[in-house]
Amino acid sequence: MDQSPGRSPRMLAALSMTLVALWVLVAAFPFLWTLWGSFKVQADFFSMANWRNALWGTQTMAETGARFTGAGYYGAWVEQAFWRSALNTGIVVVFTVIISLTFGTLGGYALARSGHRYAFWLLMLALVFRAMPHITLVSGYLLPFFAWNLWGHLGTAVIVLVAINQPFTLWMLHSFFLNIPKDLDESAMVDGCTRMQAFRHVIVPVMWPGVITTGLFSFLLAYNDFTVTALLLSQHNQTMIPKIASFLGSTQVEGKVMYAVAAVVSATAPLFVLILFFQRQIVSGLTAGAVKG
Amino acid sequence: MTFWKISALAAAAVLAGSAAYAGCGLKSGKVAFLGNDFPAVQDVVAGAKTCAGDGVTVSANLNKDYQKLQVAALTANPAQYSATHVTTSSIVPLLSAGLLRPLDDLVAKYGKDLEPQQLIKIDGHVMAVAFMANTQHLFYRKDILAKVGMEPPKTYEDVLKVAAAVKAKGIMPYPFALNTKAGWNLAEEFVNMYLGEGGSFFKPGSAEPSINNPAGVKTLTMLKDLVAYSNPDYLTYDSNATQALWESGNLALATLWGSRGGSILDGKGAAPGVVENTVLAGAPTVGGGKIPATTLWWDGFAIAKNVSEADAEASFVTMVHAISPENILPHSADAVWLVKGYKPTPASAGVIATLQEGSAKSYPLYPYMGLMHTALGDTLPKFFQGQQTAEQTLADAEAAYTTAAKAKGFLK
Amino acid sequence: MKHRTFFWFILPSLSAMVLFIALPIVSVLIQSVFVAPSQVLVTTQSCGPFGCTETTTVDAAATAKAAEAHPLGRFNGLGTYLDRAHLATAEVAQAWHDSPTLGAFVRALMTLPFYSALAFTLTYTFAVTPVALLLGLAVALAVNALPRAIRGPTIFVSLLPMIVTPLIGSLILFWMIDARGIIGATLQWLLNDPGLSLKASPALTWLTLILYGIWQQAPFAFIVFYAGLQTVPHETLEAAMVDGASRWERVRYVVVPHLAPLIVFVALIELMDNFRVFEPIVGFSAEASATSLSYAIYSDLSGEVPRFGSAAATSILTVIGVAILLAPVLVRTWRDFNRKVV
Repeated sequence: MDQSPGRSPRMLAALSMTLVALWVLVAAFPFLWTLWGSFKVQADFFSMANWRNALWGTQTMAETGARFTGAGYYGAWVEQAFWRSALNTGIVVVFTVIISLTFGTLGGYALARSGHRYAFWLLMLALVFRAMPHITLVSGYLLPFFAWNLWGHLGTAVIVLVAINQPFTLWMLHSFFLNIPKDLDESAMVDGCTRMQAFRHVIVPVMWPGVITTGLFSFLLAYNDFTVTALLLSQHNQTMIPKIASFLGSTQVEGKVMYAVAAVVSATAPLFVLILFFQRQIVSGLTAGAVKG
Repeated sequence: MTFWKISALAAAAVLAGSAAYAGCGLKSGKVAFLGNDFPAVQDVVAGAKTCAGDGVTVSANLNKDYQKLQVAALTANPAQYSATHVTTSSIVPLLSAGLLRPLDDLVAKYGKDLEPQQLIKIDGHVMAVAFMANTQHLFYRKDILAKVGMEPPKTYEDVLKVAAAVKAKGIMPYPFALNTKAGWNLAEEFVNMYLGEGGSFFKPGSAEPSINNPAGVKTLTMLKDLVAYSNPDYLTYDSNATQALWESGNLALATLWGSRGGSILDGKGAAPGVVENTVLAGAPTVGGGKIPATTLWWDGFAIAKNVSEADAEASFVTMVHAISPENILPHSADAVWLVKGYKPTPASAGVIATLQEGSAKSYPLYPYMGLMHTALGDTLPKFFQGQQTAEQTLADAEAAYTTAAKAKGFLK
Repeated sequence: MKHRTFFWFILPSLSAMVLFIALPIVSVLIQSVFVAPSQVLVTTQSCGPFGCTETTTVDAAATAKAAEAHPLGRFNGLGTYLDRAHLATAEVAQAWHDSPTLGAFVRALMTLPFYSALAFTLTYTFAVTPVALLLGLAVALAVNALPRAIRGPTIFVSLLPMIVTPLIGSLILFWMIDARGIIGATLQWLLNDPGLSLKASPALTWLTLILYGIWQQAPFAFIVFYAGLQTVPHETLEAAMVDGASRWERVRYVVVPHLAPLIVFVALIELMDNFRVFEPIVGFSAEASATSLSYAIYSDLSGEVPRFGSAAATSILTVIGVAILLAPVLVRTWRDFNRKVV
């Protein structure tokens, strides 16, 4: 559906352009502001005197002698070893996405191809599972995890994130597989393939758009998770988001807020790259699935 | 991979560094410490790590949410951590669940350097060792007080008078603040003021609440009178917000945590004229009472019950070494240390003044105090938003507490 | 598909869910019908750096011994569900009896934690979901009409609100809307009201949270709808155009029906997520004016004495709430499924 501007009335075109422009402004502004502010000192970015200080860098000038400072970034990455959290996040995210997708593809395929009633009830059950507040689940894990010495390891966090994310993955992939014509794998089976062979040779080659899109959502979930990682990982294995939260200080002790701001910007940067890279795939992936869900 | 290289180098450095002190006289043992994540605790952990070497391993897990992990971690047998950070309030669930090892024998054997006041004794048994203190107290600006020609306030009634004068002179629209964020902070202010009014939270010898009384109403009224001089956003004010307000020069008086003194006085981010005029004073009294309207807090360590005797001993020796004067005194600026030879700094003047008052009370140690604190935090905002009278609010708080206390088996 | 094949395909996914979600849910259910055993209290003296005081402590050994026969605690049936912190049946009946007017009854209801949390949760859910959906759809249509060259960057920017963790996103916005922050100060200037503060009144706090929710949720709807738009059949559109349909009519009669399944999918996910709203409340320090069911759970679990039974009951009530909300969608799916089977 590619409407050339000439076809729609000029008024409508102007209206839709305005809408996009406004939306882009609203969506991007907080990030641009944060990016800009991350190179200032706290007294400017969080100025109690005048927010314009963040523009001119009045206090930044007074404290560091320049309009911009990398102190937040230095503090977070060098002094507080944010790189280690970034590495941990990387490990957690990569494994969560791979395992989630492997489990989800197999399960989603089965759900899409099974005509039995229990498949429907399993999907419903998955929704109930998804409705359960994560914090309750996580608090329940603590006692057994400590007792069995599972607490604090990256692997534990990965498997918990995979499990918590399964309902969404299953639903999404199930609807993708529904859109892949049944004839495809069934004709392969008529030709003598087993179900697994049909899946491997016929379905796998055409499923990538859906899988990549689902993977992106899994990625975001694992990347942005706070509840699970904050309570299940030891300090050594801490991921980025709990680390950023730890920069914010506590009741009794002042936080290093600018470290947090710099870390937020740093943590968002890879997502920029990722989204740009996968932008096409997200769109084509969703197109292939869900639509007729 | 460079990561592994760096880790290996770091590990080698630690080993080399600790060889000199190795063991703190220990032959073997596994010391694992769970604690909150802030500079003073990091100082303690750094001291503990000097005991590592030969057969002794020292590891630490510092986490802002340590309190949520503590009970589960120490319930496991063997416990994941041999030593844990405890405070006036976080020791309570551990005591209630019987997860701490009495330390009397270890103190007798290895505790000759500890001051008697560092020992936290419950029913005559040492259950924890305190190393630092904290409390909320008054901060004031002497230049503003001079402008309105008034003496530093000793009572919250005086605080109201000064705030009124500052406002009337048009110096500041909102001259006063305290940590009134809905939830834990607001409830803590209630606890402080209520103890200052001489109130008690429970009927003697029972878990029955008793806050819906004249002292409770007076407490709420005083708090509401005070926040009339605060910015209308006050129900979102936590310590980070109030500290920033103070540093911006928008406040003439404030009740803040003593531990914030250091970072306020360091001048970073402060408006001109704030630091040199900031005075840290003891906590005021209220309603003609003699007790400062505040609660005193300590931080310390305790030893897990579910660890082997050898590990418990190693952990105790290591932690005592960690909080020994030679390890701690170089970090005098990070906290008000409760160790021999600690010399007060300007940043700790307010805490010391409050302590010297002698009559200030410790945060109550009842096993059900946490439930009361949560109930207060959840119900008090309605009063401050003008939706309920003081009596209704206190009745609601009692009802919320009673529900919780029944479910936890404290009330029938 | 054969039962056996189905079983092997679903096994990994199912076992992960059973182990880490289903079993915990069972344990949560069990815990919600039990309460802690009676605690044996003893009066003792406690001494510390600040002197000695009389206090009460739990006799852990005696409590454990008394509770030996009942490791789960005392059976309480639905007691926890009906107590003051949850459905508060007794208190509601009392309020109904005491209130002369409906208004007074509602006010009394709002002093009960569960109902005030439910009020915000429902308002938030039903304000954010439709608006986020509509906004997402409108932006998707508008972006789709853009020249190809600038579509890519626009999509990328549009996704920003979704890709940053809500806890951190709302913390930064919380500062921006402060009376001294850029948005707050600009609003004061625009509305010419120097006393305006978005944080001071419950109404404005609710509004802020809802606007934030829309901002944060719209991108998900946008990206799904945009993708859906790529598959709208060209012929149908052209046919509609030949018939003289206006752009609006084309959207109304061709595009929206084509997107219907997607709209259901997005609505389902967003209803569920909005019903569990939690992070914005913490991020915006809105506890004084707005609490949600998830916040109540968090508050139960993060107190110094965690109340797992109470949190468990609220969690089960949340799941029931989600099930009720989604019931229409589920019935639809059931019909679709049966049609497919036939």
